[in-house]
Amino acid sequence: MTTVLAPAPVRSGTRSGRWRVVAVRVVGAAALAGVVLTVWLGLWVTPQAVGFGNLVRLLYIHPPMAWVAFLAYGVASLASLLYLWPRTRHRRYDRLAGASAEVGVVFTGLTLVSGSIWGRPTWGTYWVWDPLLTSTAILFVLYLGYLALRRVPGDPEVVARRAAVAALVAFVDVPIVYFSVSWWRSLHQPPTIDFTGRHLYVHGSMAWTLLLGFVSFTLCYVWLMAHRYRLAALRDAEADAGLSAAIEERRAEAG
Amino acid sequence: MTYVDAGYVVVLTTLFVFAVSLVWRERSARRRAR
Repeated sequence: MTTVLAPAPVRSGTRSGRWRVVAVRVVGAAALAGVVLTVWLGLWVTPQAVGFGNLVRLLYIHPPMAWVAFLAYGVASLASLLYLWPRTRHRRYDRLAGASAEVGVVFTGLTLVSGSIWGRPTWGTYWVWDPLLTSTAILFVLYLGYLALRRVPGDPEVVARRAAVAALVAFVDVPIVYFSVSWWRSLHQPPTIDFTGRHLYVHGSMAWTLLLGFVSFTLCYVWLMAHRYRLAALRDAEADAGLSAAIEERRAEAG
Repeated sequence: MTYVDAGYVVVLTTLFVFAVSLVWRERSARRRAR
């Protein structure tokens, strides 16, 4: 079994490290181009919708935000599971879970804000204690709590294990958010893409723009994740170096 | 400013600020590691 306190792998100088840097840059460029194209198509090219008028343009950013948040929490849960499983336990999975959850919290916040902006002209209010909105707000608070838990000082292994369990518990809310519009009476319309029935409720240029929005913001997630993961690896390496220096200092004092 | 404009501004600005802060924090950590 790999030791949990293995040095953090920061290998940007190696051949594979350089390829990774190039890959992240390519993903970043693709994400930026995709987002610019989504904004252009969403604001100026796609038509207005009957009943919604120009407000439908928020559709190209709001559902992709929610999708990326779900994806981020899915990745965080999978990484947490791999960390808890003794055979696959490694510090990189803890870092991956933390990085993904942090990006997920940003996207959940944006889902709530863009949804509120949609709600004001559509429902007449920025906020209503609707099942979907409430469960999404709970999801946001749960993962904020998860990030706070990661900052509680303690033995790194204990902190990582505690955080992994919390991530799995918090993930229970994700299917509740998705199915809340079907399970309870909701002011919110059904999901634009019905993953269970494989049905899309928009067509033509609107559907393509929405699809582009999903792809572009997913690429944004990958790019943000790569940077957040590298930051976590660098901080772990820094902490390890500090610990080694402190041990050496104590040994020198004792000797 | 319409609600649509506000939605796009909030989303894009937040993502931009988050991305810049990540790159900046990563560079600072890399500098400290050298």
